[in-house]
Amino acid sequence: MSTVSTPAAMERARRWRPPPLIANPLLRWGILLAGAAYLYLALNGIPVNWARLSEGLERGGRFVAGFLNPNFTGRLDELVDGFAESVVMTVVATVLGILVSVPVALGAARNLAPRPVYYVCRGLIALSRTFQEIIIAILFVAMFGFGPFAGVLTLTFSTIGFLSKLLAEDIEDIDRGQMEAIRATGGSWLQLLNYGVQPQVMPRLIGLSLYRLDINFRESAVIGIVGAGGIGATLNTAFDRYEYDVAAAILLVIILVVMAAEYSSSAIRRWVQ
Amino acid sequence: MLVIDGLAKQYPTGDRALKGVSLTVPKGQIMALIGPSGAGKSTLIRCVNRLVEPTAGRVSLDGQDLTRLSRRGLRRARRRMGMIFQEFALIERLTVMENVLSGRLGYVGFWRSWLRRFPAADVAAAFSLLERVGLAGFEDKRADALSGGQRQRVGIARALLQNPSLLLVDEPTASLDPKTSRQIMRLLRELCRERGLAAIINIHDVALAQMFAERIVGLKLGEIVYDGPADGLTADVLTTIYGEEDWSQTIRPADEDGDEDAPAIPPHEPAVPIDRERLAGLT
Repeated sequence: MSTVSTPAAMERARRWRPPPLIANPLLRWGILLAGAAYLYLALNGIPVNWARLSEGLERGGRFVAGFLNPNFTGRLDELVDGFAESVVMTVVATVLGILVSVPVALGAARNLAPRPVYYVCRGLIALSRTFQEIIIAILFVAMFGFGPFAGVLTLTFSTIGFLSKLLAEDIEDIDRGQMEAIRATGGSWLQLLNYGVQPQVMPRLIGLSLYRLDINFRESAVIGIVGAGGIGATLNTAFDRYEYDVAAAILLVIILVVMAAEYSSSAIRRWVQ
Repeated sequence: MLVIDGLAKQYPTGDRALKGVSLTVPKGQIMALIGPSGAGKSTLIRCVNRLVEPTAGRVSLDGQDLTRLSRRGLRRARRRMGMIFQEFALIERLTVMENVLSGRLGYVGFWRSWLRRFPAADVAAAFSLLERVGLAGFEDKRADALSGGQRQRVGIARALLQNPSLLLVDEPTASLDPKTSRQIMRLLRELCRERGLAAIINIHDVALAQMFAERIVGLKLGEIVYDGPADGLTADVLTTIYGEEDWSQTIRPADEDGDEDAPAIPPHEPAVPIDRERLAGLT
């Protein structure tokens, strides 16, 4: 054709750039400028107290020194008791949580539950997920007093929100054909769950449960600080007594246990899938 | 005998999938339901066992009105209608035997089915059906380990273990290669004849429908536009059902049916792959 004379000319004519995210250049540069101005003002707004910073660094130095010299034997009884309590809290809360989560998840699956049940179960999940574990723990400690009972309730409650939501989403994603086939044989609702739903979501349920066991152990250390028992309470006491070497020992054991739990649970999940 | 009278279905979206379809399928008749995508074929067979609730009309099986049944009555009625699916709809993570035995779910209680303790007679029947469909020795394999043709055989065994008087077959060959498609259709026809079963087979492949069904019903936009014998399917009829196209390659001479029953099939099958492409282009 006559319009294209040389390959080079064609190359120039065919230049391409990706279209910008915001088409209007004024708006595009305006947003960028406003963002930069906000960042500058925000950075100026942070008061830095250099005296307190240096004091904190000194205390941090003492903590690091304690950390380098962990004391496992000084309060061995408290350490062992705290861990035993945390493990019991974790296991009990996870098992209770799963037992409640499965029916809630069935109710929160759009493809199984009638509308009213669906909204009730979704509401329960939303309630459980709105509040962070610590807030729930503070509430339960205020209601039932200090100790592991409040901790178990806290972990159970947050397990329900986590497991039910993710399990319900997995149930909503299952292959409809398999459910249809079971309905077409004349099976009852329970048989539909057992044959049409359970085989499809079982690996996910096992994986999520193990994952939640992991999380619950970590959380049990955190909620202890607000008085809900377990190793967190022991850790808090150690800090209150300025026993950084004991605190370091507790932290090291937590790290080891969490790593072991994570490794074993991911190994089991791989095997299940 | 299945009697469908004035069956209509309007989906909540406003789509009128069926507009007053009336049909009678006598005992033992194999009927193919053809028509373009969206003609209402799947809706029609799902309205029969009420996986889809019809909006109007009546369906009765052996004199029992299916559209007025209670939940419990419907479950009992569904036992007499075996269903076979396009994507096989097997429970992928269960064994072949569990899949076949799930055909008995309408007959056994929850605890027995939960513990997989099915009556001995059911298990024996499942074993002989597996043998009949050519899957002897596969009972402990997981369903997701099988090939497409094998899966559909499991699906057929499951439907037959219900001891149905009617088979509802939804695109049995759409996920299979041409040779396996013929084997599956042949197996379905043999089993229907052995047991005196009526069957409604939704099928896209006009050539297969002609080969294996004695009666063909053409559906277009929710209405029946053809109802007659397989060899009455002329180019004009196909144009009515599907629209304008060159149909000369699709219409088969009647004696081809006999050839296909012969055990030795040459590996290169004449003309059929071309037909599939042509029909696929339509959908």
